[in-house]
Amino acid sequence: VENVRLLDRLCSRKAVLGTLYLTATHVIFVENGSETRKETWVLHSQISSIEKQATSATGCPLLIRCKNFQVIQLVIPQERDCHDVYISLLRLARPVKYEELYCFSFNPKLDKEEREQGWKLVDLNEEYNRMGVPNNYWQICDVNRDYRVCDSYPTEVYVPKSATAHIIVGSSKFRSRRRFPALSYYSKNNNASICRSSQPLSGFSARCLEDEQMLQAIRKANPGSDFIYVVDTRPKLNAMANRAAGKGYENEDNYSNIKFQFIGIENIHVMRNSLQKMLEVCELKSPSMSDFLWGLENSGWLKHIKAIMDAGIFIAKAVAEEGVSVLVHCSDGWDRTAQVCSVASLLLDPYYRTMKGFMVLIEKDWVSFGHKFNHRYGNLDGDPKEISPVIDQFIECVWQLMEQFPCAFEFNERFLIHIQHHIYSCQFGNFLCNSQKERRELKIQERTYSLWAHLWKNRADYLNPLYRSDHSQNQGTLHPQIAPCNFLYKFWSGMYNRFEKGLHPRQSVTDYLMAVKEETQQLEEELEVLGERLANLQKSQLCDDKVESKQQDESKQLRLFTSNNSLANTPQEYSNDLKSFPSRSPSQGDEEDSALILTQDNLKSSDPDLSANSDQESGVEDLSCRSPSGGGCLPSEDSGKDSDEAVFLAG
Amino acid sequence: MEFAELIKTPRADNVVLHRPFHEAVEGTLCLTGHHLIFSSRRHDNAEELWLLHSNIDSCEKRFVGSLGTIVIKCKDLRIIQLDIPGMEECLNIASSIEVLSTLDSVTLLYPFFYRPMFEVLEDGWRSFLPDQEFELLSSVADEWRLSCVNKEFSVCASYPPVVIVPKCITDEELRKVAMFRHGSRFPVLSYYHKKNGMIMMRSSQPLTGTNGRRCKEDEKLINASLRPGKRGYIIDTRSLNVAQQARAKGGGFEQEVHYPQWRRIHKGIERFNILQESLIKLVEACNDQSHNMDRWLSKLEASNWLTHVKEILTTACLAAQCIDREGASVLVHGTEGTDSTLQVTSLAQIILDPRCRTIRGFESLVVREWLQAGHPFQQRCAQSAYSNSKQKWEAPVFLLFLDCVWQILRQFPCSFEFNEQFLIMLFEHAYASQFGTFLGNNESERAKLKLPQKTMSLWSWVNRKEELRKFQNPIYEANSLVIWPAVAPQSLQLWAGVFLRWNRPSQYLEEAQEEMVKIIQYNKELQDKVKVLRRHLAEMEAAERAQGHM
Repeated sequence: VENVRLLDRLCSRKAVLGTLYLTATHVIFVENGSETRKETWVLHSQISSIEKQATSATGCPLLIRCKNFQVIQLVIPQERDCHDVYISLLRLARPVKYEELYCFSFNPKLDKEEREQGWKLVDLNEEYNRMGVPNNYWQICDVNRDYRVCDSYPTEVYVPKSATAHIIVGSSKFRSRRRFPALSYYSKNNNASICRSSQPLSGFSARCLEDEQMLQAIRKANPGSDFIYVVDTRPKLNAMANRAAGKGYENEDNYSNIKFQFIGIENIHVMRNSLQKMLEVCELKSPSMSDFLWGLENSGWLKHIKAIMDAGIFIAKAVAEEGVSVLVHCSDGWDRTAQVCSVASLLLDPYYRTMKGFMVLIEKDWVSFGHKFNHRYGNLDGDPKEISPVIDQFIECVWQLMEQFPCAFEFNERFLIHIQHHIYSCQFGNFLCNSQKERRELKIQERTYSLWAHLWKNRADYLNPLYRSDHSQNQGTLHPQIAPCNFLYKFWSGMYNRFEKGLHPRQSVTDYLMAVKEETQQLEEELEVLGERLANLQKSQLCDDKVESKQQDESKQLRLFTSNNSLANTPQEYSNDLKSFPSRSPSQGDEEDSALILTQDNLKSSDPDLSANSDQESGVEDLSCRSPSGGGCLPSEDSGKDSDEAVFLAG
Repeated sequence: MEFAELIKTPRADNVVLHRPFHEAVEGTLCLTGHHLIFSSRRHDNAEELWLLHSNIDSCEKRFVGSLGTIVIKCKDLRIIQLDIPGMEECLNIASSIEVLSTLDSVTLLYPFFYRPMFEVLEDGWRSFLPDQEFELLSSVADEWRLSCVNKEFSVCASYPPVVIVPKCITDEELRKVAMFRHGSRFPVLSYYHKKNGMIMMRSSQPLTGTNGRRCKEDEKLINASLRPGKRGYIIDTRSLNVAQQARAKGGGFEQEVHYPQWRRIHKGIERFNILQESLIKLVEACNDQSHNMDRWLSKLEASNWLTHVKEILTTACLAAQCIDREGASVLVHGTEGTDSTLQVTSLAQIILDPRCRTIRGFESLVVREWLQAGHPFQQRCAQSAYSNSKQKWEAPVFLLFLDCVWQILRQFPCSFEFNEQFLIMLFEHAYASQFGTFLGNNESERAKLKLPQKTMSLWSWVNRKEELRKFQNPIYEANSLVIWPAVAPQSLQLWAGVFLRWNRPSQYLEEAQEEMVKIIQYNKELQDKVKVLRRHLAEMEAAERAQGHM
């Protein structure tokens, strides 16, 4: 479709004319005119909603909201075209078969071996060994071979050694969706562990001997402690309501030596609405400070983030300080339980704060234990009530921790943002389907690529320059401040206003330090070379390679960080009206002056950098999406530059 | 007056000090004329806490049995608690603190007694003189002159003795203009934008009153500041409504009829008690220790603090935009021209002028646009967020300015030579200091108090190498361009370094700072080493070549 206008979300007056293309996988908008022909690429799988608005004189507006929080406003001149685009997108954005997803056509030009290597990068067997299991207390059990007991669990799970197959199967029958208690994290130092399950089918009075024995076995696997915590991450009211449906929570009287605890994290529906409300605030055109803060508070988002974090902190404390094992569950044990277990693991074990460890953590607590990626993130057309930003919240918890502990994480904010992007993008096979079983049936590993390998290849981009593995923060458990500390939880504009670059700091400390570190490394190398040459020169005064060395010298001039400077200077104009100096007759009243008073809309209006693409002219380079190594597919709007292109051309 | 008379109990033992994020420590409390000193006697971790009485904003006492507790709340927002055994001692100490922290006479304050323990290499009182500033200006523009019309502060009590005005305006005319301006603050030059020759002036409101008084000289002065054919904007920091109301009290604003080359823009920046209440509410919210604190954002919102920050920054950006982007000159004023006006003119300069983003440049800015420009520090900073006595003149105007600077610094972390600590240090010293810099309300009062002779300047201390090191931004890269901050709510944050300073663990953030410094330092070391080696190598090769030729 030609002559489409892409509107700047913050200022309707500013728009660029271009052509809209729909391919099998992307929506592409190419700007007319300018030499650069700026392109905006959006994956169909990123589209969360399409809205056709009332036709106006200028054309028919189309609003596309994306799951990575990009919002695109298009105006299409012909109503009919707009309708066609709308209908096509509705279809394209809601595939019904896994095979339609991008990862099955995405081809980063790797050979078979590289693909296999990529999938091997994260190996959970290795991870459990790293934790220290199997050992005297824990063993791998094969009751779930061929998913015979629980189809949303992995085939290999760790259980206490004293839990016989009979106990496990019995316990599984007493748990929602047969998700019996299994090991999530084991602390080598003190034998305390985190186990996870779904809610017991206790109803008002039901009991299950095997389930009680199962919990006993977990306690016994930690000889240093005479009880375990059972943490129900739901609000008490929700848990009680579940009893009427024959589900519920553990009765302390029936289980020996447990301490039962509710931690009120709301359910997926509350979270979905909360995000919706927060995004509405983010989308406000020029909100006042009050609008923004009120909206943020009313969305409840940060309160929910804090609830998840508090649960994680509670568990980490129990394990690290009290040496008590914890069994965590919610209803089905695949949303809140995953959040809480992974936050606790992250706090407990510095390994998970490394890049590789973080991949392992997501693989362990989310992917392998059957977090329903397909349902939660709407990869395939499905029940909209199943959609909820569960892992988004976990990712935000990590970001909040990074803000409090700047040296504790090996990776940076970009790493988190890119993971979030790819959970929705369906470009890689990692997060497809709802369980390991489904993935195996689809032969994901043979037909798609692994995100982890891709991120690992570009790991230089994702490093936190302040991280040092020998740093005090990285030795043991992190101790975030517990309540009252709401003020430590901040709005993450880097995520939720990710595509409005005009709102973000214009210079990045992280990027600056990364550049310095890169230079430092070059200096180290040069120092070595120089040292050698000096030594050589001193040894033999006859040296023939003078000319050559001279040249080398020049090529290795010290780099200065000029690029950083240009970052700083995007003019952001605070009023458009000023441009015209309206002449007015003296007779007009003073009120006329107010024409000049800045409306807030104008404040952000003419910022050239608000569009999603990098803007060379303004000197702002889109560092966050540029990989110096130049490789791979970048999860952002400018992905047109790289390997995605191949697919586009093919399609 | 002898301080000793006010101190009935100069020393108390077995006092326990409580601070957030520190374990309680037992030690000895001493009161001197100007300090409260607490020293712990633990061998392993002996420490001393020195607190200026003038830093104490409020002091509350309560008793449980014979154990007295004093809660001291400071102007730098810190709160400490002292448990003092013995009712009498506690009462004595509390009453001494109350008196000593609220001394009426300026000359009794610590700066008049303070003797520096360091060698004074540069007298800060003479570091930033108007003549130097003018010299810089006259090298690029010749339409301006230094006027001594205010010698002896005879025309305007809140102006410095020398000011920069258009060349074509005589001192006689300036006197007439002064009569037409609130508090005699006639328009003076605040900033000259070298890039395009546009200027920023500041003044107070014109005294037009309800019947629209005019002043030919005022009109002449304001027009004279424009280059031929150029236009200007008058930025009134009050909303149109407030400005109109001011006419009833004899104030007002420029009628555009009479200033045909100027357009007027109104912005609503809040004043005085509204700001002070904001600060009080904000600090209250930050200190709320109740566990049920899920209304944090509402409280933050209700304080309106960030709204003020946004409004001030926006206005400053607007002024900068007029100058840099529109190629127009700007006159800024509110009512008195001593508060919001200075916030705007000084922030606009930080945006426009890279020099103001250096340490010395920023100090010079504070001297020019705040101290010499007559911001009444003594009135505004007499009390901070905890004081119960509500006086009319207190307002965190300067703190808001620093907050805005911090917001820009956060958005452009590589463009400032100084770091956050530098801003925090200025905040502390504006409220309580051993230096005389922020005493008095204007240059005239400072001259009367003979501050330059009797007290030490803050700049004498800060600009020493040892001190500067603490305030330098390790990742500074001089940036010669105009920097445009974002002012959307998402882009502004609460200044945790000041408001949450005592309520959050700082260890991890400090470690991050240290790490940053280490990274940069290591890089510099390597650069130096490489340079040395290269030179060495080049020399050797040259020598060898010379040998080869022989």
